[in-house]
Amino acid sequence: MIPSSVDYTRASSVTEAIRLLTDNPDAKILAGGHSLIPAMKLRLNAPSLLIDIARIPELRFISDEGDKVVIGAASTHHDIISNEAVQDMKAMIEAGELIGDTQVRNMGTLGGSIAHADPSADWPAVLLALGASIQVQGPNGERSIAANEFFLGFFMTALDEGEIVTAIHIPKLAEGQQTAYRKFMQPASRFAIVGCGVSVTVEGGLIKDAKVAFTGVSDAAFLDEGVAAALIEQPVTLETIEAAANAAAEGDIHINEDHFSSQAYRKHLAKVYAKRALAGACGLD
Amino acid sequence: MPKITVTVNGTSHTSEVEGRLLLVHYLRDTLHLTGTHVGCDTSSCGACTIHLDGKAVKSCSMLAAQADGSTITTIEGLATGNELHPLQEGFKEEHGLQCGFCTPGMIMCAADLLSHNPNPSEQEIREGLEGNICRCTGYHNIVRAIQYAANKSLVVSE
Repeated sequence: MIPSSVDYTRASSVTEAIRLLTDNPDAKILAGGHSLIPAMKLRLNAPSLLIDIARIPELRFISDEGDKVVIGAASTHHDIISNEAVQDMKAMIEAGELIGDTQVRNMGTLGGSIAHADPSADWPAVLLALGASIQVQGPNGERSIAANEFFLGFFMTALDEGEIVTAIHIPKLAEGQQTAYRKFMQPASRFAIVGCGVSVTVEGGLIKDAKVAFTGVSDAAFLDEGVAAALIEQPVTLETIEAAANAAAEGDIHINEDHFSSQAYRKHLAKVYAKRALAGACGLD
Repeated sequence: MPKITVTVNGTSHTSEVEGRLLLVHYLRDTLHLTGTHVGCDTSSCGACTIHLDGKAVKSCSMLAAQADGSTITTIEGLATGNELHPLQEGFKEEHGLQCGFCTPGMIMCAADLLSHNPNPSEQEIREGLEGNICRCTGYHNIVRAIQYAANKSLVVSE
């Protein structure tokens, strides 16, 4: 399969990439390309110009900045899971290790994954659970977008025209905070049919803060407030977790349906994987 | 058209390429290195695996232009003269192939695994090969071939 004709240019800086994107409305940003190139090969996408940002040095770094870890948007999945700074964030490691395969993790990037916003991608659920924020830069300067305001819908984000993701800020874990990610994957593509990222903060034997996020379940990754609310001020037991997990994917929410899974089955899987992820975070699995 | 310079198996090549040219087609059709195969053409099977700056990647899922400035190793670059690479020898000794179509990708992916984990367990080998599909062997002999290479390399380095 051959993509449509396309011009290619390599941007040397973020500023240059934004200028090229502003001047060429039909252009696409290319990082690892592991969503974009396959889509172009299938002719689902036919940009006039590819602006390659993968080798811009200011986009490929991982740094420990005291109260947060900052990950450059062009960092590959492999860069992230092999970096010392994120090793205690189990949800990051558990999700990253389940993305695609070795070869895909060597090329695919965090920034590319979230800007693409595939409704079954792993990172969005993790970034939601960890309370991350997304740094973006565009023709009107820089801004920061909270993860829970970034993923708006099916392949849709809060990025404006001409904006690109530059970095992801992840708050360091608080004392007593543990995280986990579990997914039921499509066996060939390894995309999440249901993926659940969680963060649980325990103090004096009670759960003081909880975030439970799903990917694959709806048209965008989302925080499930119902499960989180059912955990607050509860003791850390499997009974508590099971009761809270039963609230998953309820209420006024669109549930995806495809040839792998009906809506009812996805809803069931959401409860099962919320339970597994919470048990994992609490050391009860 | 983008002009690219890549070092493939130790030799530098400079070419003008179409923006849309996939790296695997550049290797096969322009450089005539046909050991790298196109299998599924959808990033699933791993037959097109090469090393880009020392890391295994699927050359059917990236553009030749993305490789500009990089060092590439293909299956043709592993042997030293007539002396097979330990992985090549392992696949031969342990009957790690039947039709052989997936073998170059298997070996390149296994080489990436052994570069950072020289003595992997059977489970680690199986996980390391999750991006490579073989339709003949049932994988058992592929795993043995990689264990053979790991053992041989360990003996050599001792």
